[in-house]
Amino acid sequence: MKIQEADAKSLLLAQGLPVPAWDVARTAADARAAATRILADGNDKVVVKAQVLVGGRGKAGGVRLAGSADEAEAVAAAILALTIKGIPVRKVLVAPAADIAREYYLGAILDRASRRIVVMASAEGGVEIEEVARVRPEAIHRVAAHPHLGLLDWQARQLAFGIGLGGPFLRDFVSIARGLVATMVAYDADLVEVNPLAIVRESDGTGAATTERLVCLDAKITLDDSALPRHPELEALRDPDSEDPADAEARAMGIAFIHLDGSIGCMVNGAGLAMTTMDLVKRAGGEPANFLDIGGGARSDKVAAAMRLILADPKVRAILVNIFGGITRGDEVARGLIEARAVQERDVPMVVRIVGTNAEEAGRLLTEARFETAASLDEAAAKAVAAAAAVGS
Amino acid sequence: MSILVGRETRLVVQGITGREGEFHTRQMVEYGTPVVAGVTPNKGGQTAVDGRVPVFDTVAEAVAATGANTSCIYVPAAGAPDAVLEAVGAGIGTIFCITEGVPALDMLKVVEVVREAGARLIGPNCPGATSPGRAKVGIIPGSIHREGRVGVVSRSGTLTYEAVQAMTDAGLGQSTCVGIGGDPIIGTTFLDVLKLFAEDDETEAIVLIGEIGGSAEEEAAAWAADHLNGVPMAAFIAGRTAPEGKRMGHAGAIISGGSGTAADKIAALEAAGIRVADSPTELPTILRTAGFRG
Repeated sequence: MKIQEADAKSLLLAQGLPVPAWDVARTAADARAAATRILADGNDKVVVKAQVLVGGRGKAGGVRLAGSADEAEAVAAAILALTIKGIPVRKVLVAPAADIAREYYLGAILDRASRRIVVMASAEGGVEIEEVARVRPEAIHRVAAHPHLGLLDWQARQLAFGIGLGGPFLRDFVSIARGLVATMVAYDADLVEVNPLAIVRESDGTGAATTERLVCLDAKITLDDSALPRHPELEALRDPDSEDPADAEARAMGIAFIHLDGSIGCMVNGAGLAMTTMDLVKRAGGEPANFLDIGGGARSDKVAAAMRLILADPKVRAILVNIFGGITRGDEVARGLIEARAVQERDVPMVVRIVGTNAEEAGRLLTEARFETAASLDEAAAKAVAAAAAVGS
Repeated sequence: MSILVGRETRLVVQGITGREGEFHTRQMVEYGTPVVAGVTPNKGGQTAVDGRVPVFDTVAEAVAATGANTSCIYVPAAGAPDAVLEAVGAGIGTIFCITEGVPALDMLKVVEVVREAGARLIGPNCPGATSPGRAKVGIIPGSIHREGRVGVVSRSGTLTYEAVQAMTDAGLGQSTCVGIGGDPIIGTTFLDVLKLFAEDDETEAIVLIGEIGGSAEEEAAAWAADHLNGVPMAAFIAGRTAPEGKRMGHAGAIISGGSGTAADKIAALEAAGIRVADSPTELPTILRTAGFRG
């Protein structure tokens, strides 16, 4: 689960990391009030940032500076009116505009290949790390934290010297790097990224003296969904805009569902087989309307719920049911399909392929109920695509 | 020989008295797997599966009493890491963790302990392994198999059944079928299983079934290019139509930052000389074209 920048910053702060103060505003008026306070504290400018869970906020006009309360209100109004990559902006973060001397990248990720938490640092901060990795991979320094001991001081120092952050900021860098790993462990995150980690100049308020400080200017955290049950408080950070409403409804029912753009609804047991079913629909010349895994051992009520989810999408013109019975019993699924069809409001052609446990009984039930069936997955995909084409648009 | 499970397997089932544990233990016993013990804390002294399997309080007791050398775990996610560590502590050499939904950071620690102990963990979130005609451990339906010489390794569950059924229907039997699990952090990787197959004198051809996310297929392909020359191989990758940034059911099946795509994996496999099927039904033909005469 991805969480918004402001929430990620709260988690970093709770772990003792240096994050400059910020406010979150849902209206232009609130943004104005926040800007007024920040400017009164002796700051010259504020930054207003869209809080949406997609990359490229800056390019989309979702990050802007303002030098007065009036300007902050106008900028916030403009950003709150944006839709970035299909996601409406509902909140903005308002913070003092940092006087940045130097930007770095620092991130902790769950590295699947090495099965370690890997901490990465680069002197090329403020740009996408994927881009740095592609263009100048040698600019990224990496160390792997020990699964039991965590990130050690010497490892953090190695990163610091690697990116030229020795000297006065060494101690702070080590503490921040360890803090990232601590944050990851505390909340079961897959990713904790600070980009940029920046040296900022701060005045003492009178303008007489400036000091330099290493701070986390942005924050990105992705949480491990499997660990959410033991962090119930983090569920509140879920951004409803980041997922399709149908996906959320499915999650509540224990069905893995992802809404897509095509016209062939898919109902499958097992994630790998569900992806394969989508792929074969595409290969047969169709477009899948969704990914749907009813899970192992699904009973008829779950089948009915899955059918409702699929039919709720008006673009669906045919449905492909593909069940390889193992724990899941084919006859249970067949009964669920028959019951669901009896009460469904919209009649859509359906092709059903059930093999494995109790497939014979399933076949008998489906034939009696005059369902279109298929023996192989390839055949089922071809029939579903043909059926959707016959319905037309 | 077959790999991971076989005639030498003496299985202890952790979580044997739970709904899943009991159901699948029955299937394993009926398949002929030597299930010698079960473990559920506080149920020691009872029996499971109509009195056929003795239940112990701890894995250590089960090992002492029965000589169990392999474990299969059906314990719920909250207790699964501890169950793996208990098996390691009792000296079990091969541990299958079927449980889904185990937090990844727990697995990092567990995998390290398993590695230090010299044990092997398969999973979590895996369907187990079957050596047809000998033993099956986990939840793979026994009926789909046929004895033979093709090794199958997969990240998936029902997709594995689909592929295995296609092979069985085409007359291609299997030496061992292994599901390594769909999570980001797993104990045994594609590469580990390829190495085992490479040393197994009964495995003469290999099928690899991957999916989007991570780079384990690419690593396996690179190794196969150098070490499995002359071994007929075929592959299938699920998720060609999967969108970026969405977790496709399995915790590990996600394209992030443009990496882990099906296209990347297919390119890596093809570059290693491994043909990738467009549908699981094509796998037998590809193996035969690659020179497999089994």
